Amino acid sequence: MTANLEPTPATDPHSAGAAIGVEGAVRDVVVVDGLTKTFPGPPSVTALHPCRFTIRAGEYVAITGASGSGKTTLLSLLGLLDTPTGGSYLLDGVDVADLDDTTRSALRARRIGFVFQAFHLVGYRTVIDNIALGLLYQGTPTRERRVRARAAADQVGLGHRRHARCSTLSGGEKQRVAIARTLVRNPSLVLCDEPTGNLDTATTRQILNLLDQLHHTGLTIVVITHDPTIAAAAQRHLTITDGHLTEIRREHATTP
Amino acid sequence: MRRRPDPTITAPSVFRRRDALAEAFAVIAQRPVRTLLTALGTILGVGAFVTTTGLAETASAQVSSRFDALRATEVRVQDAAPDGTNPFPADTDQRLQALNGVNHAGISYTVADPGTIQPRTLATRPLRTTTPIPVIAASPGALRAALPTLATGRLYDDWHQQRAEHVAVIGRVAADQLGITSIDRQPVVFLDDTPYVIAGIIDDVARNPDLLLAITIPTTTADTQFAATDAERQVLIDTAPGAAQLIGSQAPLALRPQQPDRLQALVPPDPNTLRNQVENDVQTLFYALAGLALLVGAIAITNATLLNVIERRPEIGLRRALGATRHHITRQIALEASLTGTIAGTVGAIIGLIAVVAVAITRTWTPTIDPAVLLAAPAIGTITGALAGITPAIKAAHTPPADTLRG
Repeated sequence: MTANLEPTPATDPHSAGAAIGVEGAVRDVVVVDGLTKTFPGPPSVTALHPCRFTIRAGEYVAITGASGSGKTTLLSLLGLLDTPTGGSYLLDGVDVADLDDTTRSALRARRIGFVFQAFHLVGYRTVIDNIALGLLYQGTPTRERRVRARAAADQVGLGHRRHARCSTLSGGEKQRVAIARTLVRNPSLVLCDEPTGNLDTATTRQILNLLDQLHHTGLTIVVITHDPTIAAAAQRHLTITDGHLTEIRREHATTP
Repeated sequence: MRRRPDPTITAPSVFRRRDALAEAFAVIAQRPVRTLLTALGTILGVGAFVTTTGLAETASAQVSSRFDALRATEVRVQDAAPDGTNPFPADTDQRLQALNGVNHAGISYTVADPGTIQPRTLATRPLRTTTPIPVIAASPGALRAALPTLATGRLYDDWHQQRAEHVAVIGRVAADQLGITSIDRQPVVFLDDTPYVIAGIIDDVARNPDLLLAITIPTTTADTQFAATDAERQVLIDTAPGAAQLIGSQAPLALRPQQPDRLQALVPPDPNTLRNQVENDVQTLFYALAGLALLVGAIAITNATLLNVIERRPEIGLRRALGATRHHITRQIALEASLTGTIAGTVGAIIGLIAVVAVAITRTWTPTIDPAVLLAAPAIGTITGALAGITPAIKAAHTPPADTLRG
């Protein structure tokens, strides 16, 4: 892989590049307190029991757990794709737990990036089109979208395939497109849901290296995985069991 | 630490119209065959609409032109209350000819034959024919109003009429029966032992085809010779185009000013009314069919778009994850359906136009189609697509993004 990751230029005080505030204090990107999610039944199921944690700007956090433990539910809540049943959630200091759909969409457009296990690319569009799609709902002008998409494609080492249709790409290339689509958005928080779940070992290593490089550019990354190798690569490790979230503390890790 | 949403962070997502249009075009362009199949019903519907309208206009133009040429210039006047007397004045031709818009006019009636007339060419030898040859009394104006084509000779005229001359013109069929092919040797025909000089042979007529079967003599001659006072008389008028309605109203008054109600004028239907009636009859049927096809087309688009939405759930979820609001998703899906309808309307208009031209050429008609119909066709398609897209668009907008993005 020929990824060439440069720190993303900060365009506003809330961007990833602005992880350190003007006073020099590290900014809290995610502050969760008592967040819970219960799916109405019958029978009703509590997928996430009240939990409390903080993720600071620039942190690389892994959340592990078995299938059905509530990992994806937590990611959906953090990504504002779903609404919590209770508790509070501050994203970049903004209480987002009770926001309406339009405001949540606005926050997703500007503050959150996603990388999915299934890539979720638009197969019939080109690499550039898919990356530029990340800027579509930010209202970025067409020309600027394409310029930034080209730069992001180069960053993840796909400059030579920028006009290829995504349906023709390999799994690793598809995931790199998905990462570039997130990178181009300049988000405060990157949420990865099993980003290597559909990849072989060699490609997994490439993607992990890419995520590591992104982390070193200052991006705040949360990876949901059941793979302990990926969890070991992260800065912090949270685990979730039957909807209960706990942190596995390491000697070198910073605690929330 | 908790604070209200910062307007700079929560500024609404933007999905510009141009981008929405480009996204919709991209989706449609990627699947041209599917788009056409989806649009098939609407193509048929719009095509049927354009074809219907075009053919109705073309056909009614033909109908009108034919009626304008013949029936719309024909007026007949008859006795409204026959009482055995002649309701028409002796100068019927002259009175009608004085009306503006009358080309030719005259009176005619069939002479009752008690069996004594016995038309024949030789005084002493009866004609051997099983079909009796009728004798018609017609003024020169009535003859001309029938728009005859002569095989040979000429028609008798006012001079013969005024002098009650024993002169006749015979129809082509009657001439065959009598064995007369030429008037070069001044043939005569005997009616009730009286010889009548044959002035001409009529080859064809536009009106009163009975003239082809008969021997026609001046009315004055018939009145004198056969005393046919109780015959059922009729006036035939050939008018200028567009004058029939007016002449129909004036003729009874001109002929019988003291008692116009005694006469009844038979005028052709008003060409405009006729055209409208034809158009309405044809168009109502075909509009119903076009409407049905459009309904089927709308259902087809709805079904295809619903399937498309189900198929594209992950993409819709992705767009929601990237910041699209429900409204943005609704707009995009509805726009895709509308664009599909627009394409269907345009293709349907082209097919309809080709159909109209093809039919017109086949029937040697002049193709007539209102450009507004062609311009309206894409709009009809767009509206059909938009209506068909409402349900799928709403369904797509309410797709929970978290569910569609799993796995």
